[in-house]
Amino acid sequence: MRYLPLTADDRQDMLASIGAGDIDDLFVDVPADKLLGEPLNLPDHQSEMAIERHMSALAAQNHAAGSGPSFLGAGAYRHHVPATVKHLMSRGEFLTAYTPYQPEISQGTLQVLFEFQTQVARLTGMEVANASMYDGSTACGEAVLMARRITKNKKVILSGNLHPHYADVVETVTRYMDDDVIRLPAAPEGGLPDVEIIDDLSCVVIQNPDVFGHVHDLAPLAEKLHEAGALLIVVVTEAVSLGAIRSPGEMGADIVVVEGQSIGNSMNFGGPYLGLFATRLRYVRQMPGRLCGETVDSDGQRGFVLTLSTREQHIRREKATSNICTNSGLCALAFSIHLSLLGETGLRQLASINHARAVHLAEKLEAVEGVSVVNESLFNELTLRVPSDAAGLVQRLADQNILAGVPASRLFGEGTGVDDLILLAATETNTEEDIDQLCDALQEALS
Amino acid sequence: MSDIRYSEEHEWIRVDGDVGTVGISDYAQGALGDVVFVEMPEVGTNLDQNAEVGVIESVKAASEIYTPVSGEVVAVNDAVDGDPSLVNTDPLGEGWLFQVKLSNADELDGLANQEAYDKFLEGLD
Amino acid sequence: MMNRQGRPSQAAENTSRTTGPTSTGHKALDLSEPLIFEQDRPGQTGVDFEDVPLSRSRLGGLDRDQSIGLPGLTESQVVRHYTRLSRKNYAIDMGMFPLGSCTMKHNPRLNEAMAGLPGFADIHPLQPTSTIQGALAVMDQLGDWLIELTGMPGVSLAPKAGAHGELCGLMTIRAALEARGDARSRVLVPESAHGTNPATAALCGYKVDSIPANDEGRVDLEALKEKLDDDVAAIMLTNPNTCGLFERDIVEIAELTHAAGAFFYCDGANFNAIVGKVRPGDLGIDAMHINLHKTFSTPHGGGGPGSGPVTFSEALVPYAPGPFVKQAGDALTLDEGFEPEAIGRMAAFHGQMGMFIRALTYMLSHGGDGLKQVAEDAVLNANYILSSLQDVMSPSFAGPCMHEALFDDKFLKDTGVSTLDFSKALIDEGFHPMTMYFPLVVQGAMLIEPTETESRESLDEFIHALRHLAQSASSGKSNSFVAAPQYAPVTRLDETQAARKPVLSYQPPEVDAAE
Repeated sequence: MRYLPLTADDRQDMLASIGAGDIDDLFVDVPADKLLGEPLNLPDHQSEMAIERHMSALAAQNHAAGSGPSFLGAGAYRHHVPATVKHLMSRGEFLTAYTPYQPEISQGTLQVLFEFQTQVARLTGMEVANASMYDGSTACGEAVLMARRITKNKKVILSGNLHPHYADVVETVTRYMDDDVIRLPAAPEGGLPDVEIIDDLSCVVIQNPDVFGHVHDLAPLAEKLHEAGALLIVVVTEAVSLGAIRSPGEMGADIVVVEGQSIGNSMNFGGPYLGLFATRLRYVRQMPGRLCGETVDSDGQRGFVLTLSTREQHIRREKATSNICTNSGLCALAFSIHLSLLGETGLRQLASINHARAVHLAEKLEAVEGVSVVNESLFNELTLRVPSDAAGLVQRLADQNILAGVPASRLFGEGTGVDDLILLAATETNTEEDIDQLCDALQEALS
Repeated sequence: MSDIRYSEEHEWIRVDGDVGTVGISDYAQGALGDVVFVEMPEVGTNLDQNAEVGVIESVKAASEIYTPVSGEVVAVNDAVDGDPSLVNTDPLGEGWLFQVKLSNADELDGLANQEAYDKFLEGLD
Repeated sequence: MMNRQGRPSQAAENTSRTTGPTSTGHKALDLSEPLIFEQDRPGQTGVDFEDVPLSRSRLGGLDRDQSIGLPGLTESQVVRHYTRLSRKNYAIDMGMFPLGSCTMKHNPRLNEAMAGLPGFADIHPLQPTSTIQGALAVMDQLGDWLIELTGMPGVSLAPKAGAHGELCGLMTIRAALEARGDARSRVLVPESAHGTNPATAALCGYKVDSIPANDEGRVDLEALKEKLDDDVAAIMLTNPNTCGLFERDIVEIAELTHAAGAFFYCDGANFNAIVGKVRPGDLGIDAMHINLHKTFSTPHGGGGPGSGPVTFSEALVPYAPGPFVKQAGDALTLDEGFEPEAIGRMAAFHGQMGMFIRALTYMLSHGGDGLKQVAEDAVLNANYILSSLQDVMSPSFAGPCMHEALFDDKFLKDTGVSTLDFSKALIDEGFHPMTMYFPLVVQGAMLIEPTETESRESLDEFIHALRHLAQSASSGKSNSFVAAPQYAPVTRLDETQAARKPVLSYQPPEVDAAE
């Protein structure tokens, strides 16, 4: 057992020095009849090579997105992660450190978090960002709870073009609060919902670009909500879009939540991901999650600490702003390293390439007979209308090693009026050939 | 200073006419440590005696503020908002928190005077 | 003082640190490092892309026209930046990290390698299930291991961390209670509980009712009986508890809880102490989250990500949230249809897959036999520390501990040294401090959790350091404690200033000047 350094002799010596006869003398507080007598029905320990064989065999049963054309988006995106990111984030000093509770020996993690918070604030056009949440969807749930604390109102309106899984998470997290969550119907053709100002309105949640790929100007809505004393929460599932589109902050958002996976992180079958969470400075004390702040040490040199902790569960317990304890530290590190590599120039270029690829994809798809692109506006995602049964079509293409996109029915449910829609994304990882292959296969499948 | 009265939650009140000035005691500020933030009640709010009206925070602790008397909040101390350390350096003076227009002056009789409060503190450890 | 190799472990007096800063601000291997924003060379970038022409912008007229404010750095600058920063961190890879209640054990790199296989890392959560059979198999196998290890029949893999698991578990309990028309209004939480427990109960709309500890560091059974009535939805108990002690009365607590019609939630943060030895299901527990990053060695990454699957008793299974992996003929499918009586979706996708792979790799490495040894060695190491320090420090409770040893600050009385000072002095000795001031039920708590992956030699070195510090504190050398740490990249930081005037993002100097 390669991870256990004690030898049998060590154990004997140590038990003797403690004054225990055998190991179960130390488990004396466990009711005797509850100590397992028989071995569990589990395999015994295995060598490193045996495990590599087992796990590699399982991995081989998956179709890695990079092994063929892939156009999946809808909340998770395939982007290129530079080798430098993986190398730096794998350093043991980052990978195997804990939450920076002892700041004097955690300045590495803390400075990274401070830089990360600054990057996120600038990217979203907001004043303050926290040290990250679990993912975009749970950050969205937290944003709704935060809006309620700020406005003391209870009604929440969710745009119908918010990723349905995000809307589900909001419903789950408010399930036992007395919030009233109103889900507007999906509008695949685009167009911002005509939000009616109702009594007791806490916030409106809008995704931009929305789940069908449409891009919206949110400024008029923000103004309308602010007049009514309600907040605008903007959700972004594709972080790279922030390099091309006017920031949510500029458009008047009060809270911005972003799924940060796109920058620095692999798709990992859905997790771990990275929730970015940003807001206005005046709301900082209602924010969930950890915050890193600048200060000085006793010699007057700059240093960083976790701060404003009285918002958090370990101090405030049942009155905390959230029950969250962990952040997504390692994913935040990957994000921050990748964004440092990109810089202003690189991010804009990356965003522009994504947009160019998607526009090109849209043009090519429009030439395929029998299908139509729903979007006028888009960033790197679009919605394709096919003659019927999008899910079946996606499956047929998957059987030819082409991951053609996400059938909208997978997110919204079958029979909800979206059965003929496929959501597709194109990123810098898609080549010209990928797009041609997709369009050819689509044409063939439909003819 | 003989007119000062204390609650068991370690707030003090000093009354001038029908307006009482409220703060936290020297003992309370010492127990809390360096005060970093005070969340004040809103002016115009009507409070019941012993209601939770705000929060006072140090780096590692947060403690609710309760009003020792009923009445309407007529002022809060903006100076403390700008410099919370006033609560530590001068808890009974510059570090006052808010003023309340008393609706029931009889409530003062239930509060401890300096001597009784000092005795109360002795019993605390 | 000599170390084991017989070399002096401290430099001679007259060669100790010279005074005065260097001209660069660097101190040999301790290189000072400005923020990325202070290294900005506008236009610079560390990546290059192929040119892709854009035929026409379709951003709906919302093209970003203002600068974002991201600094430009070269690739080599970025490598140096993060390498230099990394060296300002303590980590389990460097030495013992006895942070009680946090379980900093060795993180095997095999786990990382397996999670990085393209067949796992490069799959999209919404791919057709025919293309992700291996991923579903990982979830299925992990679930089977957790079910076998806990003796509980159901598991939800969705929760993204321990506190998220608590939320999942307590919401499931509430759903089960509401299904029988009886949501109830209170949750009982011991005083010694993690802060996440009361915070979670509040999120589920429950009032928190605190149960005191008895003088043996365990739940006061009489107080519990008094509070347990038909308005109590659940009790949330950590076992072994946050004092590092097994709750001896746990079976009776479960019986009383069930007799009152309530459910028993166990915070499984300390499952590493009993894995393979005791099954929580046999103790009468209804729901328990398992921090994969604690018991099953996935890395903490400077604060996350975690992963918090929850196991459930039969009574709660119908209310637990998916997605669930199911067998359909020869293939596995992912059931994302949430039953109407179950609580809804906890997060966008299917849980922390990257952590599932690491945890499963670790489980397979140890096997059932090794996991039992994990628990035994963790408990043995903690007791070895407890018994080796009891004469110079003050253990809070009598008797053996489980996986962590709790001391209070009685041994520091009248020394002028606080728990904080004592912990900071340990930094200078080359260790990460123990958990300080938690649990709240003892004065000036110091909670030491060595884990099973420390060798006898490293335990002895740690014990030696603590004995040395305890003796210097009692011999009146408080000055060196108050000034500690002296050898860290920074000295003690002013947390009061950080909180009074929060600076939460970089502000360029000219903005400061304008204020």
